[in-house]
Amino acid sequence: MNLTHHLIVAPVLLPLATAALMLMFGEGRRGLKAVVNTLSTTTGLCIAIALLLRVQAGGPEAFGIYLPGNWPVPYGIVLVADRLSALMAVLAGAVGLAGLLYALARWQHAGVYFHVLFQLQLMGLYGAFLTADLFNLFVFFEVLLAASYGLLLHGGGAARVKTGLHYIAINLMASLLFLIGVAVLYGVTGTLNMADMAQKLSLVPASDRGLLHAGAAILAIAFLAKAALWPLNFWLPPAYAAASTPAAAVFAILTKVGFYAILRLWTLCFPESAGDSAGFGGEALIWGGLATLTFGAVGMLASQQLARLAGYSVIASSGTLIAAIGFDTPLLSGGALFYLASSTLAGCALFLLVELLERAREVEADPPEMDDGNYALPAFFDAEPPAGTNLDDDEEALIGRAIPAALAFLGVAFIICTMVIAGLPPLSGFVGKLAMLGTLIDIGTAPAWTLFALLIVAGLFAVTALMRVGIRHFWTTQDRPAPRLRVVETLPIAGLLLALIAMVWQADAVLRYTRATAESLHTPTQYIDAVMGTWPVPNPVAASGAAP
Amino acid sequence: MELIVSLAIGVMAGAGIWLVLRPRTFQVLIGLSLLSYAVNLFIFSVGSLSIDEEPIVRAGQVANLTNYTDPLPQSLVLTAIVIGFATTALFLVVLLALRGLSGGDHVDGQEERR
Repeated sequence: MNLTHHLIVAPVLLPLATAALMLMFGEGRRGLKAVVNTLSTTTGLCIAIALLLRVQAGGPEAFGIYLPGNWPVPYGIVLVADRLSALMAVLAGAVGLAGLLYALARWQHAGVYFHVLFQLQLMGLYGAFLTADLFNLFVFFEVLLAASYGLLLHGGGAARVKTGLHYIAINLMASLLFLIGVAVLYGVTGTLNMADMAQKLSLVPASDRGLLHAGAAILAIAFLAKAALWPLNFWLPPAYAAASTPAAAVFAILTKVGFYAILRLWTLCFPESAGDSAGFGGEALIWGGLATLTFGAVGMLASQQLARLAGYSVIASSGTLIAAIGFDTPLLSGGALFYLASSTLAGCALFLLVELLERAREVEADPPEMDDGNYALPAFFDAEPPAGTNLDDDEEALIGRAIPAALAFLGVAFIICTMVIAGLPPLSGFVGKLAMLGTLIDIGTAPAWTLFALLIVAGLFAVTALMRVGIRHFWTTQDRPAPRLRVVETLPIAGLLLALIAMVWQADAVLRYTRATAESLHTPTQYIDAVMGTWPVPNPVAASGAAP
Repeated sequence: MELIVSLAIGVMAGAGIWLVLRPRTFQVLIGLSLLSYAVNLFIFSVGSLSIDEEPIVRAGQVANLTNYTDPLPQSLVLTAIVIGFATTALFLVVLLALRGLSGGDHVDGQEERR
């Protein structure tokens, strides 16, 4: 137990302390809050990267296990930083930093407690990725959801409040299902520690199997509603389209939290070695994921607004991931995790681009009407008015410092996002898809070929939909002044895109990491042994014999 | 006793689900509250229902579930109550905001077209 071991709990404590500190600043002092928030978020990302490097080294360090209360293992809460947790934490930190930098330009002024809510959101995300206790997972889910309710409403306005009400109602229902699932699993196994539970599942008598499966399925529904599985995902496009830009960018990782929970618990509890329960629900994950992917791809084609299109692209990537892990094949999961990293970063960048592209249009003398032939394609079912909502009361901020070649930057950024989301070579989306496609051929069953075909068709749909938007935004209007961007707004987008390009540059190393992650997920005994074999730190006073 | 508790949970959950599916925001709020009561009772009951048994270990009595009631569900239910209460309060605020912005109490902010 050296000092670096405490790094595991740091991503949870740091945002909590920062949020508490910023609450004490009161309602003003925006500049100071912005500085503190940026410092804390950057530090959080650095800690996450340090954790990733630590677990990547492998060996006994591959599972960083931390006992916050120093209780013996199945009784107290356990935090575990393994490869998957570290990867997700790094993604959360990166997405958070990007959203925050973007918000510094003007969105931070749209509400008083933006910075506090932002830090609590990060705390919930890091906590959910690190915890190894089912009920603690519920608590962190609630922390991140409560913060996301606040962030979704950030900026106010009827559209946000309306979709916010739906979002809160649906997530409250999902949380209730979460509680029922946890309670049933506790009733059957008598433990809440994930590793202990996985260990005890094989001892569950046949008479309790039905109850166990019902509990697991109810819990899975709660996670899948958050991961936007069809038909539990109709809340997502309107909510993400109405959210303020930085909030939407951070929400790009929220669906991945649901996916993470499914991946973690399903591979832990129902591996091939689980006897009667082996692979329970795998078929449901595959077909549910395929339906979600189809829904997302069709939704992208049907979207009139770029923000909604981005929402449907999140659904499509969620569907891909859920279907891919349902096959329970380490190689496929490895490719899927690579795809997860690339699609999260690209989704975040696309959400950030939405507002800048809309602004580029708004520079034109007359904002287009809905029935302008140039603007509105024939409406299918998605004919909501274009988002005039993405304006706060601070209209002046629209006139920032003009960057030469701003339009060129937007164009290039948009093309890179398109290529990653659609999975075109040579960018990271292609590497992730290729890794999955190659494995799907080897599996060769009917669902595998369906996913194979759908992945390619969804790529075509995505490229069609995004190119249509691109043509509408970049080509159809002439003689207009260059849009005005601020450096701090373009910085996060450029950073995310550079990260995506770096992922291609280092594709081999990243793929090796994600494949090692998948391997260790599919041999859950490693995780179980590591957690169950951890002992509390002995009391140094008692050990030296000086205790009374 | 199991029958009474499960009937109570079932009735509350049924009423809650029916209310959540109603179009008025206040009905949804009450439905969510009823559902969370049902879920809280459910969590409480998974730790085996027993009468006159404490969760605190006494001297000279073997610590198992025949002599004591399980303390863990009770602590879980406390956490769940607090969290459920806070999020329901937040929902209430958003409900009032929507009412102020739309002038009605329909969950979609406008009445259905007939």
